[in-house]
Amino acid sequence: MSRPGFNPDPGLLELVEYAQGARANSFALARLDRRRFLQLTGAVGGGLMLGLQLGGRSALASQAADADADSFEPGVYLKIAGGEIVIYAPNPEVGQGVKTSLPMLVAEELDAAWTDVRVEQSPIDAERYGRQFAGGSRSIPDRWEGLRQAGASARAMLIAAAAKRWGVPAPECETAESRVTHPASGRSASYFELAAEAARQPLPSPDSLRLKGRGEYRLLGRRLTGVDNRALVTGERLFGIDQTLPEMAHAAYQKGPATGAVPRGANLEEIKRLPGVLDAFVLEGNGNVSELMPGVAIVARDTWSAFRAKAALEIDWDESGAARDSWADASARAAELARSEGGETLADRGDVAAALDAAETRLEAFYQYHFVSHAQLEPQNCTAWVRGGEADLWAPTQTPGRGLKSVAKTLGLNPSRVRVHQTRAGAGFGRRLVNDFMCETAAISARVDRPVKLTWTREDDMSHDFYRAGGFHALQGGVDPNGRLSAWRDHIITFSHDGKRPVVGGHLSAKDFPGGLVSNHRLTRTLLPWHTPCGAWRAPGSNVFAFAVQSFLDELAAAAGRDPLDFLLEVLGEPRWFEPGNFWSLNTGRAAEVVRLAAREAGWGRSLPEGRGLGLAFWFSHAGHFAEVAEVSVSAGRKLRVHRVTVAGDVGPIVNRSGAENQVEGSVIDGLSTMFGQKVTHEAGRVEQPNFHRYPLLRMPQAPEVDVHFIESDYPPSGLGEPALPPLAPAVANAIFAASGLRVRTLPISEEGFTL
Amino acid sequence: MIVLTLNGRERRLEGLDPEMPLLWALRDHLDLVGAKFGCGIGQCGACTVMVDGRAVRSCVLPLKSAAGASVTTIEGLAEADGGLHPLQEAWIAEDVAQCGYCQAGQIMAAAALLDSNPAPSDAQIESAMAGNLCRCGTYLRVKKAIRRAAGGERT
Ligand code: FES
Ligand code: FES
Repeated sequence: MSRPGFNPDPGLLELVEYAQGARANSFALARLDRRRFLQLTGAVGGGLMLGLQLGGRSALASQAADADADSFEPGVYLKIAGGEIVIYAPNPEVGQGVKTSLPMLVAEELDAAWTDVRVEQSPIDAERYGRQFAGGSRSIPDRWEGLRQAGASARAMLIAAAAKRWGVPAPECETAESRVTHPASGRSASYFELAAEAARQPLPSPDSLRLKGRGEYRLLGRRLTGVDNRALVTGERLFGIDQTLPEMAHAAYQKGPATGAVPRGANLEEIKRLPGVLDAFVLEGNGNVSELMPGVAIVARDTWSAFRAKAALEIDWDESGAARDSWADASARAAELARSEGGETLADRGDVAAALDAAETRLEAFYQYHFVSHAQLEPQNCTAWVRGGEADLWAPTQTPGRGLKSVAKTLGLNPSRVRVHQTRAGAGFGRRLVNDFMCETAAISARVDRPVKLTWTREDDMSHDFYRAGGFHALQGGVDPNGRLSAWRDHIITFSHDGKRPVVGGHLSAKDFPGGLVSNHRLTRTLLPWHTPCGAWRAPGSNVFAFAVQSFLDELAAAAGRDPLDFLLEVLGEPRWFEPGNFWSLNTGRAAEVVRLAAREAGWGRSLPEGRGLGLAFWFSHAGHFAEVAEVSVSAGRKLRVHRVTVAGDVGPIVNRSGAENQVEGSVIDGLSTMFGQKVTHEAGRVEQPNFHRYPLLRMPQAPEVDVHFIESDYPPSGLGEPALPPLAPAVANAIFAASGLRVRTLPISEEGFTL
Repeated sequence: MIVLTLNGRERRLEGLDPEMPLLWALRDHLDLVGAKFGCGIGQCGACTVMVDGRAVRSCVLPLKSAAGASVTTIEGLAEADGGLHPLQEAWIAEDVAQCGYCQAGQIMAAAALLDSNPAPSDAQIESAMAGNLCRCGTYLRVKKAIRRAAGGERT
């Protein structure tokens, strides 16, 4: 009876699962891959180019490439020539800092002077660079081995060249600041002097390389300013939206008011007569919401003419196959279902019913959170030039490789005829994992046969997102007569596009907190139909589960008269690693350490004035263990002031300390911004919040101080784009309770009358 | 024809719709892409430029209203000899940016503030900067960079 939803392609779910470590992958696997690295080397213009790549091309092909120096594309990580060391950053930069931190890994092992380094964004080439994407906080863990190997290999070849030149044993040579020295004889040469000879040295086998230990780092752990910062503060052309091509036209694209609406007709003739308009036409789309949905395109001589004409469009929409989603209906239905058992059982450990009966303290609560939008500040845009069966695209995307394939499919071209050029992106937060805007631009450029830049309005962006899904948790918990957590029962009500699987971000599992930590645990799930596409939003799932779970844990502690810190540490229990060797599984030892550190640094337990309180929360996601303590005042009329948030995290060694702290500060502010007033509601499939006047983002006067502490454990480093975000909402909610006795169970909290 | 002073140079703009917001004239016709489009309704500040010394949202300022005015964009903030403005230096020193998209607007709002109030208090910084959203949450560093620039000598 119900229409199928507009499923983002299955690749999105797969990507999110990969990003969260749910798919088979780990550092152990990364090590295996390393042995399959192919190496490419050779002299180019008297310099040394060297790259290590993941396996995938046959040895024969690589030899052929080596034999012909001309075939050497710049598809490598490193080039030493002309007095500079160029390092190619392989992954998209969307504000997570990898255009600086990834090259630091190469430079560290190379012993390059950072002032000699110039960073360039690498081309998109899966053969050479493997998965090039920005998502799941994966850039650092996925590139940790390979990029350090690249730097170490080049260093070994430079040493070999110097040793040969000087007739000394290579092991007697040392490197630092882009120089090889031979202390015994006092000889010294710069990498630039040695580059041409180094290119003729045999490649070291990966097993012969010894990577530095923690104590030997010269660059890692330092505070470096971002490599694009000078260009950013002088307004250079860095972003997708800044691209221009000769003879370029500017386009706008109007899609339906509800996803899947199809234009029956439009006032195209009138639109074509408007000033500056070059063309206007209907695109039928290919039925794939991740690629090209139906709409009306306007092509004009500038953006303003395109936008103005778009505002004058009168389109007769056929909504017979369109989404009719209603948040009001869905939330009413969820409230009805709350007390039911839940269709699917995802975890059933011990005997929850008996444990609840035997509990000394027993609580029930219903938590809910709304849909939200990504609202990255740079609206979707792309510049494309499709001609003669080929396509070039300049796109701010988190998944350039997937974008390339989507465009090829939309245009019916062989992917080898499509090139994607990376630009900086004005943030992503998961929205740019999907490349609908690339496909639209390609289709418009193909139709008008000239270069085109498509710019979405903010209204387009808010109305055609892949939203973070809302959801509901009916929770029950029990605390035994000894004051210990003894039972946890969660019925999650989330959404589904196909009636079978939850949408991205609805996948709470038996492994999520407190799975494995409480002896009686039952988790069931109900799926409500939803047609408007949902997608990955910074720390998918975790960004909302943490709120419900860590708030309810705090409720149980309070009801049982326990200190929330003691109660949480008791639940975490003895130090143990659930799946030893898998960094995407919880390590309760690392967890307890960050909880203790955050509590200590925040002054947990100190006395505070009336109306002021501390709240604590912990969450593990994306291989990162994070605890946060918020200090909040609540005054009359539910007016809040979040004074300070103390964060303790363990993501292994820190690569760029400035960038790392920036990610954590940003996660706290993003978390507060989102929990405070952001919601997207749909009625009749239409979004009710078209622009920022209806969708408040946190502003400077509301921002708390953020105090960041890292435990730099000896585990390999993991990423920081996401894991600091999830604990923020429950830490603030628990602080509101500590300050005022008011318990927050709905996001955004403005729904419960709070103002900031 | 609309005449204005843009980054110290007189410019005569012909054939442009006087209703066109200054932002789009800058970005599409004057090859100055530093000011960014974020919302188009004066809510985010990504498009902030200085008009006669005041921070203005160029996405809602019709070109005709800028006629005769002196407009400074992020591209015109540095000295003619390429020396950076103290705010630009401070921004690099504090490593303010994440994605960087809001940053030109933030810097222009801060420049207008320091021009009128060279030693602002924290509260004055917060109120002057409240119109500039940073989706990535770099507010603490924006504040630090303004303090640093205000404390430093202007060369
Ligand atoms: S684009 Fe001008 S205020 Fe947002
Ligand atoms: S740095 Fe991304 S919006 Fe401010």
